[in-house]
Amino acid sequence: MTTVLTVAGLTLREAARRRVLLALAVLTLLLLALSAWGFSRVAAESGGSALTSGEARLTASILLNLVMFGLSLVAALGTAFLAGPTLAGETESGIALAVLARPVRRSAFLLGKWLGLVAFGSGFIVVAGLAQMVVVRLTTDYWPPRPAVALVLLAGQTVVLLTLAVLLSTAVSPMASGVVAVGLFGTTWVAGVVGGIGASLGNEAVARVGTVSRVLLPTDGLWRGAMNALQDPSALLFFGDDGGQAFPFLSVAPLTPAYLAWAALWTAMVWGVAAATFVRRDL
Amino acid sequence: MSELAVRAAGLRKRYGRQVAVHDVTLEVGRGQVVGLLGPNGAGKTSVIKMLLGLVTPDAGEVLLLGERATEPAARTRVGYLPELFRYQPWLTPREVLRLHVRLSGTAVPDGEQRACLGLVGLAERGDDRLGGFSKGMQQRLGLAVALVARPQLVVLDEPTSALDPLGRADVRDIVLDLRSRGVAVLLNSHLLGEVERVCDRVVVLERGRVAASGTLEELLGRSELRLHLTGLTPPALARLEDTGRLVRDGAWCTVALPADDPAAVPALVADLVGLGVQVHAVEPVRVSLEDRLLGILRASAAEGEQAAS
Repeated sequence: MTTVLTVAGLTLREAARRRVLLALAVLTLLLLALSAWGFSRVAAESGGSALTSGEARLTASILLNLVMFGLSLVAALGTAFLAGPTLAGETESGIALAVLARPVRRSAFLLGKWLGLVAFGSGFIVVAGLAQMVVVRLTTDYWPPRPAVALVLLAGQTVVLLTLAVLLSTAVSPMASGVVAVGLFGTTWVAGVVGGIGASLGNEAVARVGTVSRVLLPTDGLWRGAMNALQDPSALLFFGDDGGQAFPFLSVAPLTPAYLAWAALWTAMVWGVAAATFVRRDL
Repeated sequence: MSELAVRAAGLRKRYGRQVAVHDVTLEVGRGQVVGLLGPNGAGKTSVIKMLLGLVTPDAGEVLLLGERATEPAARTRVGYLPELFRYQPWLTPREVLRLHVRLSGTAVPDGEQRACLGLVGLAERGDDRLGGFSKGMQQRLGLAVALVARPQLVVLDEPTSALDPLGRADVRDIVLDLRSRGVAVLLNSHLLGEVERVCDRVVVLERGRVAASGTLEELLGRSELRLHLTGLTPPALARLEDTGRLVRDGAWCTVALPADDPAAVPALVADLVGLGVQVHAVEPVRVSLEDRLLGILRASAAEGEQAAS
């Protein structure tokens, strides 16, 4: 346990000392400032009677999903690109040699790295996500229906992607692991949008693209669950089920317990494969 | 408590089609300094990494300080300076030492950790980030990391590759100090003079096999004495022949000395003078480790070629 906590602490310190934290903070502040300005414009339009209060609420809800997507992207990319250097980079450069020659189990070392990344990614998403919700509340008076669920699911999405990045970084170079993880993340999101369009058109084959991709990599599924918790229920009434499915920043249904269990199992399995690969690896 | 700090038997490792280590057996006694020698690619670093669990052997067994090396706990009292020494550039030397002490599970007070940094000449740089450190300074830190958790076995893989002559002398003193405290050292170095000065035993690896091993005396043979003598009488000649095998070249005589008799040389010189011989010069002769190593490697290469044909 000492090893796990020591390595987790070291990973967090690395994120802070390598200015990853600073870079993310600057990016987030920029995003928050931009969205504050955008949301205040929505509020101004609403005040000037260009929009009804229902329309303003709807716009705020959709915009919140859009901005949260930006935030989740920053968190996912940040942790995926941190996972590469912190694991593959250390084994490549030789930093891991001295550490792993200590009386530590490699699985404990990997768990420590993973926990550090989880704390970093989840911590970021909770703080930045909450700040974003407060900005929206202050500017447009909109507050999402299930904010805690949304934040947990967004953190889950980050954990899923960083677990994949950890698996990749046990096998390939640091740069390749980050690029592949982010590439798969983007591909799954696009497949989700394509699947949504397929569903709205009643084309089952196209709709299946989204379903399959959400099972293979649960990032998009969790993101859709988070959107559902963030959006105003009136949005779906406004677009209707078909329109809602086709629109990339709306989600028609909350996640099922079965899907959440699958996402947890997926993460555990991928972590297990990463550990098995790392334990066998010659350094 | 096991008498051996390292006991490795029948180690084998293959990378793809390349056999890196072939049936290597190796022992390091407690308090002993053993040199691991051999040309580039002989498998020295692979053997070291297998001892430390960094590389999994295809076959063979390793005991570290009496415990099976497959259990991480066997490395609790082991210090290691890798050939590829890199430490977290975002940390300071003191933080690196604290990290390794915590991972080793040994309680080492702050003062002792600081003393360890002082020993390798980094006392003044303890709070600077490693990012700006030269290679030599990083290697000095690596040495401190290997020493900080009160090891009973220290494995040093090319410990002076980035050091200046002063640093090399420091490493030599540190190794001798470890031996005097009963700490075993396994030293892989290309600097044969260094090995000759500090090692009790030497293991020579060649193409993944042990080409020779033994104490320096066993490997280098008994030492000889070269004397420039005039007025050599038959009794004096008999005295020389009694000492050991004698080779004469004009006024120069080379005589083999008996092992483990430090008084042999003064006794011989006193007897020769007593027998009326004029002694002009007395020089000790010893085969250098370098000559011996080259001999072993050439013989091993010739054997390999013979086996291939």
